[in-house]
Amino acid sequence: MMNDLKLEVKNLAKTFTLHQRNGMEISGFSDVSFSVKKGALLALTGPSGAGKSSILKTIYRTYLASYGCIEFHRKNGLILDLVSSTESQILALRKQEMGFVTQFLKVLPRITALQTVAAPLLEVGETKHRAFSHAADLLELLGIREELFHVSPLTFSGGEQQRVNIARGVIAPKELLLLDEPTASLDEQSSDKVLNLLMGLKEKGIAMIGIFHDKQKIARVADSSFNVTGNACMNSAIVQKEAA
Amino acid sequence: MLLDVCNVSKIYGPSCNRCLDLTGSEANRAICPVCNSIVAINSINLTAEHNEILGIVGESGSGKSTLLQLIYQDISASSGTIFFNGLQNDRGTPLNILDLPPSMVSRLKNKEMSMIYQNPRLGLNFLFSAGGNIAERIIGSGERRYEEIRKGSLDYIDRIEMDSSRIDDYPEEFSGGQQQRIQIAKALSSSPKLLLLDEPTTGLDVSVQAKILDLIKELQQEMGFSMIIVSHDLGVINHLTDITVVMKHGTLVEYGLTDQILEDPQHPYTQLLVSSIL
Repeated sequence: MMNDLKLEVKNLAKTFTLHQRNGMEISGFSDVSFSVKKGALLALTGPSGAGKSSILKTIYRTYLASYGCIEFHRKNGLILDLVSSTESQILALRKQEMGFVTQFLKVLPRITALQTVAAPLLEVGETKHRAFSHAADLLELLGIREELFHVSPLTFSGGEQQRVNIARGVIAPKELLLLDEPTASLDEQSSDKVLNLLMGLKEKGIAMIGIFHDKQKIARVADSSFNVTGNACMNSAIVQKEAA
Repeated sequence: MLLDVCNVSKIYGPSCNRCLDLTGSEANRAICPVCNSIVAINSINLTAEHNEILGIVGESGSGKSTLLQLIYQDISASSGTIFFNGLQNDRGTPLNILDLPPSMVSRLKNKEMSMIYQNPRLGLNFLFSAGGNIAERIIGSGERRYEEIRKGSLDYIDRIEMDSSRIDDYPEEFSGGQQQRIQIAKALSSSPKLLLLDEPTTGLDVSVQAKILDLIKELQQEMGFSMIIVSHDLGVINHLTDITVVMKHGTLVEYGLTDQILEDPQHPYTQLLVSSIL
């Protein structure tokens, strides 16, 4: 059904031009087409260096696309092409409808874990008390010890940082969430908690595009997958659900 | 739209009809080879929305500060138009703020726009106390009741996390970082719609720099004004801004979301600039 669509990527390509290397061109990815529906998760798969993260960054407009279009179906029913829209339109979309959980946590060393996670809720006008209380619940759910709440997450281990990053990304979930290897540095137990969170987001109607390597995880959370293999991409396939 | 800068140029010197064509990033020079005029700003177009934070980067002499001074009308432009916050005349025609009479310019500068200079001596009156400096701006924005002016000054001293007992001290009795804080309090005390910042933390030690940047960001989120920040420090730009403008030889060479400028720069100069980050 057309109305269920959240994002359509059509013939997307990205080439990097390195002016300091005499205009050398490096292909990031080419001819990428897929779509994601509301409440569904599309898994991007493929070997390292195939361009999976570049695709996510191009959707978020951190990278400028070289070719193709990205149609975002907005809450108000209008369709916005993320390739040709203005910077101000993208900023508004990022504030309200599109979130990105990056692979590595980027925060200032002066901000505590609790502040980091509560920030997106405060931005949408939640009271300080409720935002911090919700942030604490989420950190606890993801297995971050309470004594760490008031410490900068930059002092945390890789796995702890990733959980803080995910908590920040899902606390005030936007309509479309991009996830760059959300479970890469997590042990099985933590990974399980994150996947449960993602399942919960799907039930709320959030559309997601995530990079995953583990087939079991994909089978558990993804509704479809897109295999990025260097410059030639395989067509989207419905993930075989495990019977259980 | 809050600010719309259209085709603005600033030329120092006699200027000729070839100045703009023969200078800029493509010509790779800012001095006109025909008449030797310095083209500090060459046909700049720029817009800023409400609540948006813009950063301007570029090498020394690229025209960053000149552009800010033109918007704030510390200097006059050679050509071009600037529209601000829907300002129009009685007949509904948008007003070019570069052509406003002096009385309207000072009203604009006292209320709607504020500038924070790298050198606190440019933004503060050193003959007035800290509170007096803030009060001067509150009076300039139209308030005449003493109690309200004093209350406003104390409120802004509090907002910049300074002890209120120091309100009657003079600027020279404060450290460089504290002087910058007083400048910020003064600039914001008229609740401007646009705050212009010219290298606000250059020359301060890193711990003070971080505190000032945090303060600016916090106040922006709380008060919702738009900002244009000139800095040669890409760390400051990354920390504070949504959109970045890259300038070279008086021209605008790239405009984009700050993360895009830093991670996928397009122009050869921007690529060089980003690759130079330590």
